[in-house]
Amino acid sequence: MSAPFDLIPPLLGGLWVTLQIAVGAALVAAGAALLAGLGKLSPYRAIRWPAVAYIEVFRGTSALVQLFWFYFVLPFFGLELSAMTAGILVLGLNTGAYGAEVVRGAIQAVPPGQCEAAAALSLSPAQTMQRIVLPQAVVAMLPPAGNLMIETLKNTALVSLITITDLTFIAQILRADTLRTEEIFTMVLIMYFLVALLITVSMRLLERKVSGGLDHGGIR
Amino acid sequence: MIFDWKFAWQIAPTLGEALVVTVQATVLGMLIAMSLGLALAVARRSRSRLVSWPIALFIEFTRSTPLLVQIYFLFYVLPAAGVRFSPLATGIVALGVHYSAYCSEVYRAGIEGIPKGQWEAATALNLSRWHLWRDIVVPQAIPPVVPALGNYLVAMFKDTPLLSAITVLEVLQTAKIIGSETFRYVEPLTITGALFLVLSLGSATLIRRVEKWLKVRGA
Repeated sequence: MSAPFDLIPPLLGGLWVTLQIAVGAALVAAGAALLAGLGKLSPYRAIRWPAVAYIEVFRGTSALVQLFWFYFVLPFFGLELSAMTAGILVLGLNTGAYGAEVVRGAIQAVPPGQCEAAAALSLSPAQTMQRIVLPQAVVAMLPPAGNLMIETLKNTALVSLITITDLTFIAQILRADTLRTEEIFTMVLIMYFLVALLITVSMRLLERKVSGGLDHGGIR
Repeated sequence: MIFDWKFAWQIAPTLGEALVVTVQATVLGMLIAMSLGLALAVARRSRSRLVSWPIALFIEFTRSTPLLVQIYFLFYVLPAAGVRFSPLATGIVALGVHYSAYCSEVYRAGIEGIPKGQWEAATALNLSRWHLWRDIVVPQAIPPVVPALGNYLVAMFKDTPLLSAITVLEVLQTAKIIGSETFRYVEPLTITGALFLVLSLGSATLIRRVEKWLKVRGA
């Protein structure tokens, strides 16, 4: 292949690692966001406070500092994480803290009449949450969730600093080998941009699909 | 191994000095982001597509690619283009440009929030484009979006550790150097995290105050 396209095959290997981390982190983030978002709304202090502490700590500090802390400090406490695990876990927990606020906001935006109606039908709190509130709240969660997914994708570049061979790391290696700096980094930026574009487009499709069942604008 | 307070007090002044660099990068970066962001927001509304489309693409591209890669790009490409900046200056420019894309979206919201009558009145009064923007639009568009800009200030502050990747001696890089010299990572990295937590929670409170104050003023 002619320049600059000969750079694509080695970069694709890095892109694959980047995608794995992004997907892993998104899954961790979804779980953490749901737990912490619901936790913050809990009537019990014992649940609410840890949720608030998690959200504030992960939103109040820098993602890179969190990454280094998990990778360099936790081993001193006897918890040795592989770079990959630390990367996925930290990026997931970081995004999850922002996502928790999204979950909380979306749940609170569901009209209170819905919960009252569920109570009148004598549904249990768990049933109300699962069958009535969450299905409606999810529609409002999707657009901000798409933005958070792009943030996560962008944050994956940080794991190159704890020796994971993601797209950014491979770019650095290629740069050292070939010195074709402009070409390499332009190519890498375009790759990230295309993945972000893919996320935007698929989230749009998903939004359309999920909101299809609602008979009106609902809670938007 | 547990947290050694004596060692922590010993390294605290060094980290405090490095924090000055971090704050410096944040403030200067934000100045670039706010002014370039406003220029981008105005240019994006240009009547000529030849201007508005490339600007829109630039904003989207900058917002959806990693800051770290943008930092590397400037760090390696600027010298090749004959621009000799220190790593800190390069980092400040990268932060400023990255966040200018976000700020431009904030300004856009502020500009779109201005009632149409204001534009029409300006036209009726035969104001020039320059006066329209300087005296009518910008003074009304900015106060309501100050809290949103403040949030990006905090976000940028939390992104300054990325400058450690291009050898800038800010807090995280200093903490790492202390760690590698003493083989003690617990204290420096924990203090670094605590510094960020305190400062960003503090500024978040400050932003909420400003928000309230602006509301009282009727902005």
